[in-house]
Amino acid sequence: MTAWFASWGLTYEAAWLVATIVGILAIALPLMLAVAMIIYADRKIWAAIALRRGPNVVGPFGLLQSFADGLKVFLQETIIPSGANRGLFLIAPIITFTVALMAWAVIPFQAGVVLANINVGLLYILAISSLGVYGVVISGWASNSKYPFFSALRAAAQMISYEVSIGFILISVVLYAGSFNLSVITLAQKGNILGIFSANGLNPLLFPISVMFLISSMAETARAPFDLTEAESELVAGYQTEYSSMSFALFWLGEYANVILMCALNAILFWGGWLPPVDWAPLYAVPGIIWLFAKILLFFFIFSWVKATVPRYRYDQLMRLGWKVFLPISLFWVCLVSGWLMLTRYS
Amino acid sequence: MIQTIAFYLFATLVIASGALTVFARNPVHSVLWLILAFFNAAGLMILLGAEFIAMLLIIVYVGAVAVLFLFVVMMLDVDFAELRAGFVRYLPLGALLAIVLAVEIVFAIGAWSAGAINMGARIAPVASDVSNTQAIGQLLYTRYIFLFEAAGIILLVAMVGAIVLTHRKRGGVKPQDIGHQVRRRPEDATRLTRPESGQGVEL
Repeated sequence: MTAWFASWGLTYEAAWLVATIVGILAIALPLMLAVAMIIYADRKIWAAIALRRGPNVVGPFGLLQSFADGLKVFLQETIIPSGANRGLFLIAPIITFTVALMAWAVIPFQAGVVLANINVGLLYILAISSLGVYGVVISGWASNSKYPFFSALRAAAQMISYEVSIGFILISVVLYAGSFNLSVITLAQKGNILGIFSANGLNPLLFPISVMFLISSMAETARAPFDLTEAESELVAGYQTEYSSMSFALFWLGEYANVILMCALNAILFWGGWLPPVDWAPLYAVPGIIWLFAKILLFFFIFSWVKATVPRYRYDQLMRLGWKVFLPISLFWVCLVSGWLMLTRYS
Repeated sequence: MIQTIAFYLFATLVIASGALTVFARNPVHSVLWLILAFFNAAGLMILLGAEFIAMLLIIVYVGAVAVLFLFVVMMLDVDFAELRAGFVRYLPLGALLAIVLAVEIVFAIGAWSAGAINMGARIAPVASDVSNTQAIGQLLYTRYIFLFEAAGIILLVAMVGAIVLTHRKRGGVKPQDIGHQVRRRPEDATRLTRPESGQGVEL
């Protein structure tokens, strides 16, 4: 894209700047639209499982519901509690939202279509997702209120616990692909199962950790059944309790942008990303971005499905699952995968 | 051009947020400024072309260490009057530390401008086609393998020590045994009796 802007007579640096800004907008704006629609989809799926109708009033089939909600919160007053730490109180939702958008820079949407094709892409994602906890922790502390504070402590402990096992799971995938670059990881899956299927997840050695990654990604994004940070029955609304209008909406948008990101990561790391699931020439006629979106939507459906069916974990069960089940298994799996690779690939 | 702008931006922010870490009244603000300093230091690493180190800096320091700092500091009940009361008492120690640091900085600048020791020669030459993730891996797991493993063992010992110090057996807890719950059948838990009218049931 830089070359295209440079052909307009701009210098290379100016062209690079314009191309990057256009690239960021080309990801962020559709992402916002996707978040609006995915919130609608989430409510519809949840309603369908509970035998309700869900949003069906605003627009055809209620499709414009999220936009109506957005307009509503936009017009509301931002209330700042008098005891709150003003600056941090306002900056917390901005951090959550920004961090949720930043991670999308390294997601490959198609062959060669990626904003920043850096060779530590997966580490970048880990780094950015570890920043996500600050929005929650700062909001909990700055609200100067009991329940948000409890929620912030829970969130901090929960995210650190599950990041450890996510790190080990990602290492196994990186060992298999031989690179941290998400495009290389995707391409390494091309026809890797008997030359027919393109998916790490179908590899018997990687299937168990693909399931663990799915569960860990639910915990990492604090989705049900791990949504202890905003457990209504215990903590009112958790760290969002004192927030209103746009500052609340930013949390909301950031949370769903993170959920879509985790779905995309599941798709890219284990189920072939933008590659068609079967390595068969006619399927490549469909643009890669459509395959990626189909996989993201499939994973989002699983997320919604789990949210609608599984009851919330207790906090000690959550910690037990993270430290006593996932951590040992994922650590063992790193040894297993590296041992297998030493035996077969590098011997 | 853009590197220069980025360098001065990151460097200014590192120094400014470092200073604010010290000067901030509220400990929580201090930790947050420290996190900003870490973050901008990672930016400087990227400018040096050490993207792997930069990402690790963020993952380890910002993502784990600073969260734990924040975790502890947030729960402190800070009394600002008491904080200021200790100022005179700790002044000599603080002054000593400041002098030592100032001398070190002078030495460092002097040594750097003299430029006698060629530190670059001690680093193994790295092929330019290898990304720095691979370069670090090759160096760390061959030449420095013993140091690397020693670091691992020290961390393991520290971890075991921390667990031993904080672990205590508590009596009277009823942990959930899922296997036991699943094994339990209706006949273990219920009993069907037909008591005569007016007679109770023995529990």
